[in-house]
Amino acid sequence: MGRYVIRRLLQMIPVFIGSTFLIFFMVYALGDPVAALFGDKAPDPATAARIRKDLYLDEPLWKQYLHYMGQILTGDFGTAFNGQKVTELMASAFPVTLRLTIVALLFEIVVGIVLGVLSGLRRGRSLDTSVLLITLIVVSIPTFVSGYVLQFLIGVKWGVVTPAVSPYAPFGELILPGVVLALTSLAYVTRLTRTTIAENSRADYIRTAVAKGLPRHRLVTRHLLRNSLIPVVTFIGTDVGALMGGAIVTERIFNIHGVGYQLYQGILRQNSPTVVGFVTILVIVFLLANLLVDLLYAVLDPRIRYA
Amino acid sequence: MEHQRDQPVTLLDVRDLQVEFHTRDGVAKAVNGVNYCVDPGETLAVLGESGSGKSVTAQAIMGILDSPPGRITGGEVLFRGEDLLTMGAETRRRIRGAKMSMVFQDALSALNPVMSVGAQLAEMFEVHEGMTRKDSRAKAVQLMDRVRIPAAKDRVGDYPHQFSGGMRQRIMIAMALALEPDLVIADEPTTALDVTVQAQVMDLLAELQREYNMGLILITHDLGVVADVADKIAVMYAGRIVETAPVHDLYAAPAHPYTRGLLDSIPRLDQKGRQLYAIKGLPPDLTAIPPGCPFSPRCPRAQDICRTDRPPLFAVSHGRASACHFWKETLDER
Repeated sequence: MGRYVIRRLLQMIPVFIGSTFLIFFMVYALGDPVAALFGDKAPDPATAARIRKDLYLDEPLWKQYLHYMGQILTGDFGTAFNGQKVTELMASAFPVTLRLTIVALLFEIVVGIVLGVLSGLRRGRSLDTSVLLITLIVVSIPTFVSGYVLQFLIGVKWGVVTPAVSPYAPFGELILPGVVLALTSLAYVTRLTRTTIAENSRADYIRTAVAKGLPRHRLVTRHLLRNSLIPVVTFIGTDVGALMGGAIVTERIFNIHGVGYQLYQGILRQNSPTVVGFVTILVIVFLLANLLVDLLYAVLDPRIRYA
Repeated sequence: MEHQRDQPVTLLDVRDLQVEFHTRDGVAKAVNGVNYCVDPGETLAVLGESGSGKSVTAQAIMGILDSPPGRITGGEVLFRGEDLLTMGAETRRRIRGAKMSMVFQDALSALNPVMSVGAQLAEMFEVHEGMTRKDSRAKAVQLMDRVRIPAAKDRVGDYPHQFSGGMRQRIMIAMALALEPDLVIADEPTTALDVTVQAQVMDLLAELQREYNMGLILITHDLGVVADVADKIAVMYAGRIVETAPVHDLYAAPAHPYTRGLLDSIPRLDQKGRQLYAIKGLPPDLTAIPPGCPFSPRCPRAQDICRTDRPPLFAVSHGRASACHFWKETLDER
């Protein structure tokens, strides 16, 4: 197992380099950051050249990349064009998004798995059919629709929660955004759990467990659930990465100053250091989440052997 | 055991059991009035080809029939005189695994792939006897020793896929015999195994049966296995018992043309080089079993009466019956 982890960590290096270079290339090569800095006005050529030199923008792209990576390794993510340090932006954005992710994930796991198990065990009955229908509808509705509708109904019309989240974004204010963020994945988790439960409940080892005279709750928790959750865990694990980075729409709807918001602002203002820095961190989060899934897989399913 | 009081009741008495399956193509009558009984220490072999209803009967007895689509439509399953079919679900669950248990065919799929074999064995003691985890683990090691798994102590934490086919089937047997049940149903316990391992596993099962004086129902389509271990045989065809007899009588002279066909289709060394006998045709579609004798379309002896009148089980001799209008002729053939 230890060797496997080390090998996987080493495998991450080329993926990390490849993906960050791609981002670096797209952000730096396809726009002119100096021009963006001056907005509508054309910069004085001498000043522009000086800024280019200061920011290593006159060097070839691969040198810029190496320089940037070198700085990242020392913890220096550079300065946004408005003078704020990117690390400062991260320090304020990531905890907020992390809280949002936790809310969404909890919702997704608890509600999704419970609904999935219940409908899987009652395959073909009315509960199962309605869960299938509702999840289908939920999957079909884009987040910006469900987000605005729920914000309007629950936040504005009924006034149950505050429609916009304050800058510090405590857990309490993040419940509604968390639910909105989780909705699609929640529907997937429900359906996935339902399918694997329904499939496994016909498996030979479940028949054996019945023949052993096990009580029903033990049958479901010890035998059925453990086997059925393997694909669900895989999905949830990869979803952690997606939730951390992909909350752009939800964060904008509820005015949450998290990672998605900062990324959005960075792209809008061609604020290259912000975009590249955030994406780099997200790449790492993705890689770690995937590693975690693989390790969890081995814990849940002993048939998976790592040499 | 506490059941040693002299009771006249048999261990298991199946009476007129009927099972149907509701399928897209209609109602398949899988079991149509099966009767058989097993005494303590006795081995009943239930013989028949795929789809003859032998496994479904066992599942109905065990209470593990997939329903839906399966449904028991009639009959009684008396276990020590009590009808399992009318019993409450919880009472029946307590009997399952503890008083009667089952050995399945393919141990690799019948054992839980993500639970260690030790945990799966120990579970029997935890659930039925309320033992602590530690005590039940020790019991699991003892059981693995008992079925002669080498280095049981080191292997108790291993998972099913880490064992060979023969060893897995030994674990299956250990699990079925964990609580020393009165009745064990073995559904083709050696079919999935190598021939060399088959004999070992069968010997083990027979040995443990003698030791615990259990009733054993051995479901198989392998006549070779039956001859060595069974006391009596019930041959099934299209959901019915067509012949039942003490094992030696049946091998000496079958009283039903179907049994005869089965015996003739065993490859024999002294007939090497000659074409192997095969019963012509296929078993009937269970959604439309023909009237009369269900075997008549394939029977070399069939007359008009076979196609119109369904033969009941005729008593041939003591402990022997055949569902053939011409059982006498069949018997005398040899």
